Amino acid sequence: MTSLEYAPSPETTKPQIRERYGLFVAGDWVAPQSERYFDTIDPSNESVLAKVAYAGAADVDRAVRSARKAYEKYWSKMKPAERAKYVFRIARAITERSRELAVLETMNGGKPIKESRDFDIPTSAAHFFYYAGWADKLEWAMRAGREARPIGVCGQIVPWNFPLLMAAWKIAPALACGNTVVLKPAETTPLTALALAQIVQEADLPPGTVNVLTGDGATGAALVEHPGTDKIAFTGSTEVGKAIRRAIAGTMKRLTLELGGKAAHIVFDDAPMDQAVEGIVNGIYFNQGHVCCAGSRLLVQESVHDEIVVRLTERLQTLRLGDPLDKNTDIGAVNSKAQLDKIRELVRSGIDQGATLVQQSCALPERGYYFPASFFTGVQQSHRIAREEIFGPVLSILTFRTPDEAIEKANNTPYGLSAGIWTDKGSKNMYVAERMRAGVVWCNTFNLFDPSSPFGGYRESGFGREGGVHGLREYLAH
Amino acid sequence: MPATVDAVMLEARAGALAKRSIKTTSKIAGIRLAVTCIDLTTLEGKDSEGRVRSLCAKAIRPAQHLPDVPSVAAVCVYPSLVAVAKDALRGSSVLVASVATAFPSGLSSPAVRLDDVRAAIAAGADEIDMVIDRGAFLSGKDRAVYDEIVAVKRICGELHLKVILETGELGSYDAVRRASDLALEAGADFIKTSTGKVGTNATFPVAVVMCEAIRDYARRTGRAVGLKVAGGVRTTKQALTYLVIVNETLGEAWLTPERFRVGASSLLDDLLMQYEKQLTGNYAGPDYFPKD
Repeated sequence: MTSLEYAPSPETTKPQIRERYGLFVAGDWVAPQSERYFDTIDPSNESVLAKVAYAGAADVDRAVRSARKAYEKYWSKMKPAERAKYVFRIARAITERSRELAVLETMNGGKPIKESRDFDIPTSAAHFFYYAGWADKLEWAMRAGREARPIGVCGQIVPWNFPLLMAAWKIAPALACGNTVVLKPAETTPLTALALAQIVQEADLPPGTVNVLTGDGATGAALVEHPGTDKIAFTGSTEVGKAIRRAIAGTMKRLTLELGGKAAHIVFDDAPMDQAVEGIVNGIYFNQGHVCCAGSRLLVQESVHDEIVVRLTERLQTLRLGDPLDKNTDIGAVNSKAQLDKIRELVRSGIDQGATLVQQSCALPERGYYFPASFFTGVQQSHRIAREEIFGPVLSILTFRTPDEAIEKANNTPYGLSAGIWTDKGSKNMYVAERMRAGVVWCNTFNLFDPSSPFGGYRESGFGREGGVHGLREYLAH
Repeated sequence: MPATVDAVMLEARAGALAKRSIKTTSKIAGIRLAVTCIDLTTLEGKDSEGRVRSLCAKAIRPAQHLPDVPSVAAVCVYPSLVAVAKDALRGSSVLVASVATAFPSGLSSPAVRLDDVRAAIAAGADEIDMVIDRGAFLSGKDRAVYDEIVAVKRICGELHLKVILETGELGSYDAVRRASDLALEAGADFIKTSTGKVGTNATFPVAVVMCEAIRDYARRTGRAVGLKVAGGVRTTKQALTYLVIVNETLGEAWLTPERFRVGASSLLDDLLMQYEKQLTGNYAGPDYFPKD
């Protein structure tokens, strides 16, 4: 018997990282008026990658004013076909620099290089390509006889799980429609947003069309409350989403929110079992489970529960956890210490409430924030791990007996972002899919995305859509 | 209920396995392993005694200037050339595999098909690569296919029986899975993808499906059946991907010529070239390796 031990295969591209980053305002890099900088780290080894400017209220004001000026003077006045060229140029630049961006995303966020290389960066470019094509065809997104007009200055706040991709989802349609942007990347993952700012600068967009402000929650709050923003687009936690909605109540600001989820992933006894297991693995362990639409609640028909658990337990052992830059790594680093603590706390609650924990058996690296791929069996609807979003590589397995029971349990959550269904029977797939209270339902697949397909939730998962023509309309005046 | 397969996720899984990065020490180990798992094959109408002897010499010692490269597992030929191969391989560890049951179509009369097997064994074959009757399988006569495999296995006795499903003619992954399950139940020692004689030969998704069938069967019965991929495997990269598929679906215990084979002719040349590249850092030209 020979073993095929995979030798280390690290991605060797070295991205350019500056020692210190200013804010990107009015087409230029400026020192923050706050005079403060903060460290941004690599969560896989806790080393400091760079110092990043902290945008305070005065910086937010300056950025919003520059976006307003760019909106009124250049961007909304430009011929749509010209705007398209600029957006297209950004897409091209992302493609050309894809390897460097992938490495940067992995270093700053902890996700495996295979994901940033094969998903995050190409999909980011795809969104810019897609919306570049819309820029001079906006009337086709409107009801007949209505004029397509931009909204104005958009404050866009993105999370740390897909830093560049979430920025692309927001910036691309905004620009295509003639809006200008102030982007606030997440506190822990600013580097690809800053690389995007460089791309915007090199693409020679009119100064102020895209501004990037690094900072924390207070920076985001200042952007939300600034009277100069006409629209807020936020992706992040439900808690912050609620605070934003309260903050802008009574103003004329437009709002889209893409928030948390606790998606049901339903496996019927007639499912293609091996592919269902792959779907489950992809659904919960992709990006260490830092996915708002993760299939974190597995609902398995009782008659195949044991079979699924056996297969999943075996499959866990083939997942490779470790250096996110290694091309063979399946599970990278958790994004931050705070998130790791939160995952640990919820896993403890699962054990305390009587569920059974199964984990991949592997040594965790000594430095960095890691959590092994895990699942719980014996989970009840009332357990915290069945109700709260863990946002980590932890799956809760529950059972059901009939399709209607599956539907009832799947919908028994305040969230409504995504759902997954596995069955070989088409009619059953359709019956269940149309009863899911979720923005996106995947049938016999999971986590599939395309720029032309709208994405978003309802209830406590937010409202508004991103992607497709629906996502475009969110950036056009009513 | 019969196991079903969903194409979308299967192909995604196979695609992900094909992206495993096998470098440096693991590439050297993988190449050596792949060589030991080769059934060095010649199955052409123009095959002659001379051709078979030449292939056998290469099977025993693939490259004179790389003495640490091991012998391949077997040489695979038509029944009429088994005696020649047996003679040429005498004293070596290399086995003789013979195709049979009216390879490649399998469409002779049942009696002729079984006689084909008897003749190959009488000539000294160590292993039999039979084809299933795809016409019978596709018209729903699963029982007939099953019975023939059982009959061939009875003739083979202790000799290893590889059952060729000819997956390129089966039309769906569901059918590949059903044919795999059928061959496993009927007593196959190996299930094999293809004859190499139709448009579509071994593919990564098909190999994944067959590995899954083997794994489920082993889990249920405790009997370990091997996988043979054949046809169109020409590059080291492809061979390493098949090793990865086996490794991550069936586990390490299947990484042995007892349980995994690659049926190929030109693959060995690329493996040798890549092997030398790993050792020296340079590619030698193709003329520095024997072509057979």
